[in-house]
Amino acid sequence: MSKTVSAGDVTGNSLGAAGTKGSVKRRSAAVSAISYLLLTAGLAVMVFPFIWMIATSLKTPQEMYSLSLIPQLPAWDNYKALFTGSPFGTWIINSFIVAVIATASVCLFDTMIGYILAKFHFHGKKTIYLFILSTLMVPTEMLIIPWFLYSSKLGWVDTYWGILFPGLITAFGIFLMRQFMESVPSDLLDAARIDGMSEWGILFKIAFPLVRSAIATLCILTFLGSWNSFIWPLIITQTEGRFTIPVGMAFFSSEAKDSSNWIQIMAGATVSVLPLLLVFVVFQKQIIRGIATTGLK
Amino acid sequence: MERVIDSTPVESGGRTEPTPKGSRQRQRRLPLIGGVRLGLRGKRYLFIYGCLLLPLLFFAAVRLLPILYSFNVSFREWAILSPDKPFVGFANFASLFQDEVFLGSLRNTAVYVIVGVPGQIVAGLAVALLLQRITVLRTFFRTVYFIPYITSVVAVSWVFRWILMKNGVANGILLELGLDPQPFLYSPSQSIFWIIAAMIWQSIGFQMLVFLAGLENIPRLYYDAASIDGAGSWSRFRHVTIPLLNPVILFSVVIASIGFLQSFTQVLNMTGGGPLNSTNSIVLYIYNTAFKSFEMGRASAATVILFVIILAFTVLQLKVLDRKVEY
Repeated sequence: MSKTVSAGDVTGNSLGAAGTKGSVKRRSAAVSAISYLLLTAGLAVMVFPFIWMIATSLKTPQEMYSLSLIPQLPAWDNYKALFTGSPFGTWIINSFIVAVIATASVCLFDTMIGYILAKFHFHGKKTIYLFILSTLMVPTEMLIIPWFLYSSKLGWVDTYWGILFPGLITAFGIFLMRQFMESVPSDLLDAARIDGMSEWGILFKIAFPLVRSAIATLCILTFLGSWNSFIWPLIITQTEGRFTIPVGMAFFSSEAKDSSNWIQIMAGATVSVLPLLLVFVVFQKQIIRGIATTGLK
Repeated sequence: MERVIDSTPVESGGRTEPTPKGSRQRQRRLPLIGGVRLGLRGKRYLFIYGCLLLPLLFFAAVRLLPILYSFNVSFREWAILSPDKPFVGFANFASLFQDEVFLGSLRNTAVYVIVGVPGQIVAGLAVALLLQRITVLRTFFRTVYFIPYITSVVAVSWVFRWILMKNGVANGILLELGLDPQPFLYSPSQSIFWIIAAMIWQSIGFQMLVFLAGLENIPRLYYDAASIDGAGSWSRFRHVTIPLLNPVILFSVVIASIGFLQSFTQVLNMTGGGPLNSTNSIVLYIYNTAFKSFEMGRASAATVILFVIILAFTVLQLKVLDRKVEY
């Protein structure tokens, strides 16, 4: 009996908890107390770097090395100095432009291709799908050298287009959207066909709206990916005015490190992390669902 | 449903132009329907290939050709400014394997994978299992553990660098506790492990989510059955959770290994590959060779080696992954 019950405390069931109620309660209370304890300890490790980042960014140079978590008087001027003394504002705008265009393009094309691959039968479909998926196996590092050589021939170095072009369509997004498009009932599409709707009409007025929450997930993941992407923007941008925020952040910090101006670096880090935190707080559900879905498929 | 429409016999009727006279009656009716359906079918094919044309060209130009180009460059001596790029066979590969820095980066990358992958999996699984045991504040904990995964790697790397400075907060705390200050990122023997720690810290959230989803898919029934058979919590974990979670674990291992094989951003920003190349990774080596010393041939050869390693890893792991677990 007691063994059945202890299954309950592991799985969260309260199956047959009648018999040895007292000891079980004590045990499961102990288990969850330990769980909370460990999770809270872990939580401190997860959160501390962020707290320390924000704390340092608000300190004065005199207290930079002090261990206190709370600055004596928050020096908001540090942020003013950051935006006036460095092109952080431009970098944020650059990142934003690039991320928005990449997201729009990915969501349009990946959803469209996902729809075609999920809902039509035609010659070469399997080959096309495998071809697209196989590009996932190739590490970006292998592609950046040819991309750079192309770009320098075509004059794309240090342009928005140069930053953007490799990410306009993604195999990952196609894979994801195909999964979701499979769940759209074909009967519905056929009904629209019989009613005389054009294929484009069906795509944009029926298929797209039906998977809009999946599109939202894809949009957010693409936006985050683009905002954080580093190695390619690092290579293709060459002047400060074109940097995206991670490239700018790396450049700014490695320039500043000798003067040990960690306050400014931490203010920069805070500025490059905050927009993402906002996106995350607003779209948490979609992000978490998106990751869990892709993780399992 | 589509297949039915696509293969309606009407279509072939519509296409046969010299029809026998006997079927005149049917033929008068057919051209209309057949015409419409043929039109639909033609239009549909036009639509399909119209949609696919641009993306396929994109994948060919941005993915496929560059790979071939990479192989081509890797067999040439390719200084970016010199006009001729002579074919040198395997010379680039040979010189890579005599380059102590490259061999060091291979060894370091092995350390990243061997230490990082299990570390990341164990940490992610532990958090997921703990989260399963609590009810209150579960979403809150999950959210906070996940946040590092979505934040900028570059920014976080600099935060860690600041924390691990000689006179940074980590040493400050050690001194307060009466312990010896540590060199952290300045020590050739320690620094790689601190970088790995930063990488694990950042991806715990991702692993946790994948494991949580996997754990939820395990039917409660199995735990109950195991308990009735007298299994304690460790043996339930060992004989129910682990085998049934196997596909998810292997998925995580594949993703994590590819991630650690490509270690770059943290390395560049936390140590720049130092001290004494002790944290240099293959990708950082490629970056330096291609974009600091502009030896595109050698760098491409290194990317080919990385490609082969990743491919071998993925294929090997997918082979293992294919072994289905019987429920």
